[in-house]
Amino acid sequence: MKKKVVVVGNGMVGYKFCEKLVSKGGNEQFDIIVFGEEPRPAYDRVHLSAYFGEKTIAELTMAPLEWYSENQIQLYLSDPVTNIDRKKKIINTHQGISLNYDYLILATGSAPFVPPIPGVEKDGVFVYRTIEDLDMMKSHAAKSKIGAVIGGGLLGLEAAKALLDLGITDAHVIEFAPRLMPKQIDQAGSDILKSKLNALGIKIHCNKNTQEISGEDSIEKMVFADGETLKVDMLVISAGIKPRDELAKIAGLEVGSRGGILVNNKLQTSDESIFAIGECALHEHMIYGLVAPGYEMADIVASELMGNATKEFTGFDMSTKLKLIGVDVASFGNAFAEEPDCQTIIYENKTKGVYKRINISNDNKYLLGGILVGDAEQYNMLLQTVNNKLPIPADAEDLILGSRGGESGGESGVMSLPDEALICSCEAITKGQICHEVIENGNDTVDALKKSTKACTGCGGCTPMVKDLIQGILKSQGKVVRNVLCEHFDHTRQELLSLVKIKNLKTYDDVLEDLGHGDGCEICKPAVASILASLWNENVLEKGRLTAQDSNDRFLANIQRGGTYSVVPRIPGGEITPEKLIAIGEVAQKYGLYTKITGGQRIDMFGAHVGDLPAIWEELIAAGFESGQAYGKSLRTVKSCVGTTWCRFGVQDAVSFAIEVENRYKGLRSPHKLKSAVSGCIRECAEAQSKDFGIIATEKGWNLYVCGNGGSKPRHAELLATDVSSEMCLKLIDRFLMFYIKTAEPLQRTAPWLDKMEGGLAYLKSVVIDDSLGLNAQFEADMDALVDSYKCEWKEAVETPEIRKRFVHFVNAPEEKDPTVKFEPLREQIKAEDWNAVLK
Amino acid sequence: MIHLYELFHAMMKPMKNMNNTETITTWILACKVEDIPENGGACVLLDGEQIAIYNFKKRGEWYATQNLCPHKQQMALSRGMIGSTGEEPKVACPFHKKTFSLKTGACLSGDDYEIKTYEVKVENNQVFVAL
Repeated sequence: MKKKVVVVGNGMVGYKFCEKLVSKGGNEQFDIIVFGEEPRPAYDRVHLSAYFGEKTIAELTMAPLEWYSENQIQLYLSDPVTNIDRKKKIINTHQGISLNYDYLILATGSAPFVPPIPGVEKDGVFVYRTIEDLDMMKSHAAKSKIGAVIGGGLLGLEAAKALLDLGITDAHVIEFAPRLMPKQIDQAGSDILKSKLNALGIKIHCNKNTQEISGEDSIEKMVFADGETLKVDMLVISAGIKPRDELAKIAGLEVGSRGGILVNNKLQTSDESIFAIGECALHEHMIYGLVAPGYEMADIVASELMGNATKEFTGFDMSTKLKLIGVDVASFGNAFAEEPDCQTIIYENKTKGVYKRINISNDNKYLLGGILVGDAEQYNMLLQTVNNKLPIPADAEDLILGSRGGESGGESGVMSLPDEALICSCEAITKGQICHEVIENGNDTVDALKKSTKACTGCGGCTPMVKDLIQGILKSQGKVVRNVLCEHFDHTRQELLSLVKIKNLKTYDDVLEDLGHGDGCEICKPAVASILASLWNENVLEKGRLTAQDSNDRFLANIQRGGTYSVVPRIPGGEITPEKLIAIGEVAQKYGLYTKITGGQRIDMFGAHVGDLPAIWEELIAAGFESGQAYGKSLRTVKSCVGTTWCRFGVQDAVSFAIEVENRYKGLRSPHKLKSAVSGCIRECAEAQSKDFGIIATEKGWNLYVCGNGGSKPRHAELLATDVSSEMCLKLIDRFLMFYIKTAEPLQRTAPWLDKMEGGLAYLKSVVIDDSLGLNAQFEADMDALVDSYKCEWKEAVETPEIRKRFVHFVNAPEEKDPTVKFEPLREQIKAEDWNAVLK
Repeated sequence: MIHLYELFHAMMKPMKNMNNTETITTWILACKVEDIPENGGACVLLDGEQIAIYNFKKRGEWYATQNLCPHKQQMALSRGMIGSTGEEPKVACPFHKKTFSLKTGACLSGDDYEIKTYEVKVENNQVFVAL
């Protein structure tokens, strides 16, 4: 008869134990029975806040129920184990199951620690751990405006992000300690993090001791020890964790005085048939509240049961890197080492919100640890440098600042790591294992490696390193690693653009036939379609180019949740007549569309069925509108402020110039979208310095800024030219845009394009101002040709039956709309049905 | 407007399977060849089901799958770009570019999803799908 392994707890670590045991063949040797307290199988708690955003429960689930049955694991949900009879080796559960075991694995996890503050029991006070907690928060948030979190640690900040995702506009974080994330970062790092979070709308209160939570039944305000108060509608308590050791206590197992089930290096408790893993285990006075050490414990116990234990648990590197509400925070090795035990190098840039600290051994040979806030790109390499005791450069600051000037010495980066270097710490995958997979098994893509090794499937933090590693290995094998488009083209985008031009190719099929091989794919098709449009400016839907367009370009509209489209007519410079406003209103009313003002000073109409698009556009065109190309990698908008026409501060006519600029470059297709703005004076109300090209009026003319963007990595544009005339300004933009179009990578915006350009801004200036390449006349002529050949593609689409007929949902029932499209009411308008709700 | 080709069960074609016993495949007329753009897809409504049909002209092949992308339950696959990975023909969902094999329906971008695929044949400029 098979021996029985009973697992108590079905969280991430409990699940991982099952996975590890199964992968070692344990389901043939043992009967595996799992009891979980929650009503659903284990899910990814690390990314819990994604539940309010992009991810569904199904996506967060570690493995579906079928996985357990396929692997002969009996899983009981909503059924916690209530006691253990260690003499008879029997467990009893809440629902009355009695079961004997040979080995018992306690993976009971932890519970949020709730400090004994008067009033914690009130409505509107939550903890943040399970999907049920999130559901309760969600329904309360609907009627809340102000929210607070007690706890400025890692989980507390995650909870603050969840508040923002729930639509709480006024969010506060209350931390008892003098700084945020006290376990990971120092005061200076916390100050930078604090200012970044403040900018994102989260107010941080450190050194604050909450004394009382007051309110009738529901929370109304928080009272602090310093006498201050804060009005709040909801509160999340995230002040730390306490290990779930109550079952172990009842069973008489040894527990720590401050909680946690005592384990040895084999993760055995004081009873040798009972193991404890994850957040409930207390090893050498440490509770490990991260998932990676929990996975390591799961692996060790699984090996132990299979009788082939090769390693013991001897502590775990608590280095972490995470993105908190869009801000990188990392801490590695001995982050807090101080002089005289080491030498500390600090780089701080308050304007950019970047803080970096590294601690170097006194003999200048090794990196001991450090802290990164605001920019953690170097984290992986720095961590490897610590863990593998790699030699560091003579100028240790190069580690965080990059080598500046001079020759960069020798091979650096991921290829210089030893084979045993741990690349993926969640799944314990070494560099050697990845090399083996790439070289011996040909798994040379991240997707393939995910499948064969599970690397990158946990926190995902190692993905950039795995990519570098693949590139490095292929390179060392003598395989050419060029930035080619995809498997169907052995050319870079830049080469392809030149070749398409020289060979005068006009359709995707011709380009594939002549310059590529195979059938094409979703990477090369839009890239080639964009090149064709940038070169020839012919209608994107003609001559078989239709199916080479990315989905939005194919229907000249933006696909939105539910499969309907949004429609954005061009409103140059944001200037619009009352008549045109009425026309938009009438169209939106007639077709039942949700309307909203966009960030680019125009009006977006959502919820249009694909079959209605031509009729909608026919009416918009009749009212004098043109396509806004909001769907394309092309010029979007040129924002403006009113300038001298109305504003008492204005020094130039910003609106007129914005309209001229927008009309010149409208319809221009490029490697990525292009945004612009014109401000009438130095006050910069049009936010031109956050644009791909931005123009700011001066007393004498215009200042031109280039290569800025908003988005997830905001960048200020850099000054290219000062006090230029309108005519010169347009010439410079012509040259700049053509140079960008001809040399950028696919889907590379102007800011990263400039970053990668050797010589940077100085080189860009030498090309477009000093004409160092002698190409400016050509750039201007090319741009003139594109401007002259502009046609409104929607006008062509509605007037050309061949194009128009493709705008249907069912080709065999063109009058019928997609019956699965559903809307919900929202503030007197509509919204798409929540697709996460659909999945539930 | 009445459109010209109503759905009907066009013909019953006997096929032989491995055991040499006859099974019946029902071919349903879906649309005309020109309804599906070359090297792309379009959606048809057959027996109340949304089916995406693809004219993979580059390979001289036709494919059909469910129109629903299992990732976010969106009726969108027919609007996706088609192409290949190695020899495997595939379609990429317009929403998040999850890719699926047109032959087997397996998800090729690393998730556990699977979509239904159907046999397609073209006769006399008409496209039939086996349901």
